[in-house]
Amino acid sequence: MKKLAFIFIALISFGVYAQTPEEHGLEIAKAAEQADLGFGSSIVNLKMTLKNKNGQTSERSLTTRTLELNDDGDKSLIVFNSPKDVKGTSTLTFTHKIGPDDQWLFLPSIKRVKRISSNNKSGPFVGSEFAYEDLSSQEVEKYTYKFLEEKGDILVVEQDPVDLKSGYTRRVVNYNKAKGYRIEKVDFYDRKNSLLKTLTYSGYTLYKTKFWRAATFHMINHQSKKETVLNFSDYNFDAELTDEDFTQNALKRAGK
Amino acid sequence: MNALKKVRNASNEFAKNWAKFVIKNKWLVLIGTFVLALGLASQGKMEFDGDYHVFFSKSNPELEAFDALQDKYTKDDNVILVLSPSNGNIFTKENLTAIEELTAESWNAPYSSRVDAITNFQHTSAVGDDLYVDDLSYESSLKTNEEIEQIRKKALKEPLLVNRILNEKGSVTAINITVRLPGVDSAREIPEVTMFVRNMVKDFKEKHPNFEVHSSGLVPLNTAFFESSMADMALTLIMLIIVIITTFILTRNIYSTVATLVVVLFSILSAIGFVGLMGIKLTPPSAVFPTMILTLAVADSIHILITMLQKMRNEGLGKIEALTESMRLNFMPVFITSLTTIIGFLTMNFGDVPPFWDLGNITAFGMLMAFLFSTTALPALMAIFPVKTKTIEVKNRTSKNWYTHLGGIVVKHPIRLTVISVVIIGSLAFLGTKNSFNDEFINYFDESVTFRTDTDYISENLTGIYNVEFSIGSGESGGINNPQYLQKLNEFEDWLNEQPEVVHVNAFSEVARRVNRSMHGDDESFYKVPSNREEAAQYLLLYELSLPFGLDLNNQINVDKSETRVTVTLKNIDSPQMIEFSERGEQWLQNNTPKEMHAIAVSPMLMFSKLGFRQADSMLKGNIIALILISLVLMLALRNFKLGLLSIIPNVTPVLVGFGIWALYKAQINTGMVIVFGMTLGIIVDDTVHFMSKFLRARRELGYDAKQAVVYAFETVGKALVTTTLVLIAGFTVLSTSSFALNSYMARITVIIIIAALIIDFILLPSLLILTSRKEKSIVTETIEPQITETKEPQIVLDK
Repeated sequence: MKKLAFIFIALISFGVYAQTPEEHGLEIAKAAEQADLGFGSSIVNLKMTLKNKNGQTSERSLTTRTLELNDDGDKSLIVFNSPKDVKGTSTLTFTHKIGPDDQWLFLPSIKRVKRISSNNKSGPFVGSEFAYEDLSSQEVEKYTYKFLEEKGDILVVEQDPVDLKSGYTRRVVNYNKAKGYRIEKVDFYDRKNSLLKTLTYSGYTLYKTKFWRAATFHMINHQSKKETVLNFSDYNFDAELTDEDFTQNALKRAGK
Repeated sequence: MNALKKVRNASNEFAKNWAKFVIKNKWLVLIGTFVLALGLASQGKMEFDGDYHVFFSKSNPELEAFDALQDKYTKDDNVILVLSPSNGNIFTKENLTAIEELTAESWNAPYSSRVDAITNFQHTSAVGDDLYVDDLSYESSLKTNEEIEQIRKKALKEPLLVNRILNEKGSVTAINITVRLPGVDSAREIPEVTMFVRNMVKDFKEKHPNFEVHSSGLVPLNTAFFESSMADMALTLIMLIIVIITTFILTRNIYSTVATLVVVLFSILSAIGFVGLMGIKLTPPSAVFPTMILTLAVADSIHILITMLQKMRNEGLGKIEALTESMRLNFMPVFITSLTTIIGFLTMNFGDVPPFWDLGNITAFGMLMAFLFSTTALPALMAIFPVKTKTIEVKNRTSKNWYTHLGGIVVKHPIRLTVISVVIIGSLAFLGTKNSFNDEFINYFDESVTFRTDTDYISENLTGIYNVEFSIGSGESGGINNPQYLQKLNEFEDWLNEQPEVVHVNAFSEVARRVNRSMHGDDESFYKVPSNREEAAQYLLLYELSLPFGLDLNNQINVDKSETRVTVTLKNIDSPQMIEFSERGEQWLQNNTPKEMHAIAVSPMLMFSKLGFRQADSMLKGNIIALILISLVLMLALRNFKLGLLSIIPNVTPVLVGFGIWALYKAQINTGMVIVFGMTLGIIVDDTVHFMSKFLRARRELGYDAKQAVVYAFETVGKALVTTTLVLIAGFTVLSTSSFALNSYMARITVIIIIAALIIDFILLPSLLILTSRKEKSIVTETIEPQITETKEPQIVLDK
């Protein structure tokens, strides 16, 4: 029996060791996706503060509605509430697991919906240090993975974007194993593989006993010394949003 | 007058005792100086700073304005690579593919934050309510000929590309690499970028030999500053060889040559130590210090050695006796000429250009050490070396005759020579006012520098290199979307485009027009600024959403959207035109826009344009102080107030002559030349000191009249003045071969000034000495006369 147990243990450890860092990384990413599955939809208010290297700041406030989809990327609708002259401007985005996203924009001043076709995911989101690709829903298919190390509850995984138009060569993501694989920190490396930005999440709250949401996203650009802080408030997981709330008509309504 | 006698007596005694002490403890002194020089050198550090910012002091208002602008917007440096395919057409599948490849590779440049090329240009087109934003040419290798023709048409219509990234014919294009240098250590960061870009271009040319590549931009500019510092440092070696040859010819003695070499090398080593101790980073102007020190320090040794060898050869004195006597005779003159040179170089601190502070301080320190080593290491070495000489007299006699002859001529026509000199100097001084400042920094580099020729190519074939920027305020947060603001900004943009100097204007009003057109299905009639604030703000938001990686609005718009930046690219114009243009722009804003839109023009080029004027203004005070100090030193040294005053004439006029001749030669002066007054004053004053002191000696000690005293001065110091002048000319001629105009122009005018100084000291000075002496006898009888007789008599007694 002892012998058998030994073989059993050896087999298990062999099994663990047989897993390549790539497989391990993918496994963690899938676990994280799995942990966040099933939130359905959410509404959240967001204050975006941009800060340049001299400490000058500017603020914007927005409301984001998100609809979870299982077979494709999430849908999101963002409405700008301030500054005053862009109030009501809204964007509707359909993220796709593969291929470019669809995006529409509603401008209240001309009361029209414009469809924007762009492959440009690496560009900054309204002047912030966040790129679209940082904010759009994190689909497992968008990266290849490599497990780097384990520090206590923190699992460090390198993610290499599949999209050639990405602004990054890699991201290094810290998952918190003990807290539903929530992300604590991400380091972004630019195309020449030097550290570009660091994103830290803080003020996590557990919603509906399953979904960890951070109150603050703090992005620091190490090269330009600029920073962007996103403050989230009034998370609402009970809105029961449907596809109907993510159409061009909904976009127009949202902007009014 | 007893006090003065005592001073003279004391200094003589001091020099003699000094010489005796050094000779007695020759080994100790030699080892001591050796330890001192090496000790200092061990602290030495030769670091270079290539950043063009070093030319501006912290308080420079142009720099402050420029920094303020860079604080509001993105602060960037760049490398621009200009590609010219041999077939003269950018728009072929092969060429576009090659450009795309090089663009992709350029993203790997260290510190790069953005690469702009024709291929990755974000082209926006609108079909109804659908907006398409895409790279102008992505995956060019898969394009059909028809698609490439479409790309060509789009590109040549694009105001953001033409005359900036693409020429009007579509035959030359650029890749602009924006780099964000951390600015921690420019001596490391800049070469890092340069090395990468050079290798990348080399590989590209190997793969695509049909492309010509030229590079320019701020990083290559800084690299050129950097490399010219090092090239100028290499001139030291040439100067060293000249020093060895000159010393050998003048002294005809191998030991003297070795001793001189030791003195100048010790001086340079000490100066290198000074550079390290003070933490000075070398720049093109300050990197010439070794050549400067070599040139100036060698004179001290030569004076001491020539007197010593003359005493041995002509008077048959023993080595030690001759050395002691030479030290006694030369200690004060060498001290005084070193002092005036040090004062001259220290005046550079009054200027507004930090690299010249460094040059002044390093050279001044080097001269101090040269004085020290000339009076310690040099006599110690000569005491150690087995110096032997034969008595040669013939040679000396002939040369003496020549100078005596010249003296004879001058003495005969003092009035005529004075009048002729005054007329020539006067007219040259008048011509000197015709010089104008020009600090086009591209032209700092001569055509042997690739940066210069590449930049010239770019300005001839693609775009301007010089620019001017305005930050135009709206007076309120978010106010840039105010239609009145946009309208006025648009008018300013139009006005700028009409100016003959302007190559390209980049203004936010163009963005506003473009987005407006896109929002109206690319209808050309909407290529105008929006007329409603919400519309403008929302279009701007849309535009912001469409920007690619590495670009954000902060490039052109400040953080709270109250100001926008207008960048005007200009043709190659000189500094006065540059200043005139920027003032015209500022004036237009004042006349045509509300107060909050008024702005001052800033740019590196403008900073350089005004640098010469600023330097001249600030140096004026320094020059006056130098003149007063040096005249005071002369008065004390000569112990004569009147001659001290008179010395101002031969000390100041060479500079007037220099700038007069320069007006005939180039008529454009740069910042580097502003310092020559103080610097040459400290150098040429030596001639005056030597000539006047011999004149006075003849009057006081030998009881000659003015004419005889002048001939005596010619006889005794004529040759010495000519030889030291030759050494100085050699040194500054070596510097004038520098490829960097701040150094080469400065050296060239110094050569002219030094020659002029010698001529003036040989013609005008003796004439004036004779004329003033006559007056003195006829007019001044009460106060000065008795003093002179009083000092004269005891001194003669003293010398006997």
